[in-house]
Amino acid sequence: MSTSWPLWEVFVRGKRGLNHVHVGSLHAPDAEMALRNARDVYTRRNEGVSIWVVKADDITASSPDEKDPFFSPSGDKVYRHPTFYSIPEDVPHL
Amino acid sequence: MSFDNAYESLLGHEDSHWAFGTGFSESLVGVDREIPSTVDAEALAIYCLMLGDDALIMSQRLAEWCSRAPEIEEDIALANIALDLLGQARLLLSRAGDVLGKDEDELAFLRDERGFRNVHLAEIDCGPGPGGDFGTTIARLLVFSTWRLALFSRLRGSADPVLAAVAEKGLKELAYHRDHAAQWAVRLGGGTEESHRRMQAGLDRVWPFVSELFLSHDVESRLGGVAVPAAELKSEVDGVLEAVFSAAGLTRPADAPTPLVAGMAGRDGVHTESMGYLLAEMQHLHRSLPGATW
Amino acid sequence: MADELELAFERTVQAEARIEPRDWMPDGYRKTLIRQIAQHAHSEIIGMQPEGNWISRAPSLRRKAILLAKVQDEAGHGLYLYSATETLGADRADLTDKLIEGRQKYSSIFNYPTLTFADVGVIGWLVDGAAICNQVPLCRTSYGPYARAMIRVCKEESFHQRQGYELLMTMMRGTQAQRDMVQDSVNRWWWPSLMMFGPPDSESSNTEQSMAWRIKRNTNDELRQKFVDMTVPQAEKLGVTLPDPLLKWNEERGHHDFGQPDWDEFWQVVKGNGVCNEQRLAHRRKAHEDGAWVREAAEAYAAKQVKEGVA
Repeated sequence: MSTSWPLWEVFVRGKRGLNHVHVGSLHAPDAEMALRNARDVYTRRNEGVSIWVVKADDITASSPDEKDPFFSPSGDKVYRHPTFYSIPEDVPHL
Repeated sequence: MSFDNAYESLLGHEDSHWAFGTGFSESLVGVDREIPSTVDAEALAIYCLMLGDDALIMSQRLAEWCSRAPEIEEDIALANIALDLLGQARLLLSRAGDVLGKDEDELAFLRDERGFRNVHLAEIDCGPGPGGDFGTTIARLLVFSTWRLALFSRLRGSADPVLAAVAEKGLKELAYHRDHAAQWAVRLGGGTEESHRRMQAGLDRVWPFVSELFLSHDVESRLGGVAVPAAELKSEVDGVLEAVFSAAGLTRPADAPTPLVAGMAGRDGVHTESMGYLLAEMQHLHRSLPGATW
Repeated sequence: MADELELAFERTVQAEARIEPRDWMPDGYRKTLIRQIAQHAHSEIIGMQPEGNWISRAPSLRRKAILLAKVQDEAGHGLYLYSATETLGADRADLTDKLIEGRQKYSSIFNYPTLTFADVGVIGWLVDGAAICNQVPLCRTSYGPYARAMIRVCKEESFHQRQGYELLMTMMRGTQAQRDMVQDSVNRWWWPSLMMFGPPDSESSNTEQSMAWRIKRNTNDELRQKFVDMTVPQAEKLGVTLPDPLLKWNEERGHHDFGQPDWDEFWQVVKGNGVCNEQRLAHRRKAHEDGAWVREAAEAYAAKQVKEGVA
């Protein structure tokens, strides 16, 4: 009974001079919403990031050699970054 | 680069790589916090509480959606908006605190209901509680963000450098919130019969709280060049909403006068009954352990 | 032909290279992966609830922002992981149905209640700590999309753990009431955290094949030992007592000896008899059902746009 929004593949160019790279996928009802969701999910609204979304169904693929690099979340919120939390040097393994 | 090396560089000892954030504490770096001598400090504090409380209470309501949104992507979007507003609230309460000699937490957790100065629109339950649904939430967000964006775009020119900086930072956020709400309003308005009905019902539910947004307050008139008179915002807000309603096939409900109590509304600390419950939940832990540090 | 494919698959796995979505793979491998990744995704989504329980009551605005961002991260983790299952031909809507109908599991830890704000810190420290022990090896799991999702998940989990530990340190430096709250929370979460690694190897049915396929990289007991060894010095530094009288350093083994969790309780919670099992599923089911009209509306709107040639 669940309706299912189509799957979109997301490509992000982190900064000028770089190619767009595949960062993952998401569901959205249409391209406009897919773009917005991609911005929320994969860039955490980092400004200056260019995003492409492509319907997964529209991709024609040959055999696999896909290596999509991890994508780093934006630096917008410091509490997303481990060094925001001051932990004494001598606490092991943290 | 081999995969395992990529992993190493991620989880290895390159934490510094991740510490470039520009979060709350740094976001107003370089802004002069001195209260300009021409500014009525007491009025400034009250005005910052007004705008800060709007954001804090709206954020508290939006965060109620966390783990309850129609889809995971929307859960993330609503949480982002709530986080943005919480960030704005912290900056504004801290500014009020500069005058009042209190920190953001004292202001958020130790004021009683009569001390809160947010508009009623921010505090009412628009879902996921019994007071509404996703359509109601979108209706509120559309009105709230359209209004606040209009306000902040004028506030950029404020004679208080902190208010001006907060507005500058908040503009991009609010533009995004407004866009998000408008996108949904159009989809719900033009989606199915049910969604159209719910979206219109949501709009009808929040509309009685709209006229309060444009009530001018005595504090604004004490802050010429610092504050934005609320009445000034009406035509811009009306225009934007009209465009969205038309694209979404929604009917603008009839305007209703703001219900007042002894001539007072949210800006004077007179709220709807839902506010007490909201504050009870938000404040109880902080208040139940006096002297605790978090 | 099939043999050749199978051989190529085996060779790829043995060589520690990654299997990618369009590669041939044994049916069992695909099914095992979908089940494991889906369970993991469900755990992230259900895991939003116990901590989400404290967002509205967080005792400072900073803690509220941190907690909301963390729960939001968990939604993101669920999303990446569901995406990984979709590269294997699964469908998120179908997996969601399986979750809310109780046909697929999620981590039992989330069937325990969060009773105080210290639980937010202890979940970060112990539960996320245990999750990291489980998940870091998965960054090298044989299936590429899963491994890549895990890298991002682990990165974020690592600062969730720091957040949790930092909250606990702050509370331990606070009032006596706060210190008592932390100790009480540790007492309640320690054993369930140890259960997160699954039953003892002697009783675990899935381990062997999954190890051979490099889906799983370490046994339950190995990971549990690693977690205990990691956590003991952190507990000392924090000034809390781990509630296990048998816990002590074994010079000979170079590891800590420790007691066994109550495995009867574990199986009861797995079977659905934990404090929060019903509540967690009902919450998820309600969100899903309440959102149906929104999902349908967006779909209908998109279809209309296509019909009108707008999009």
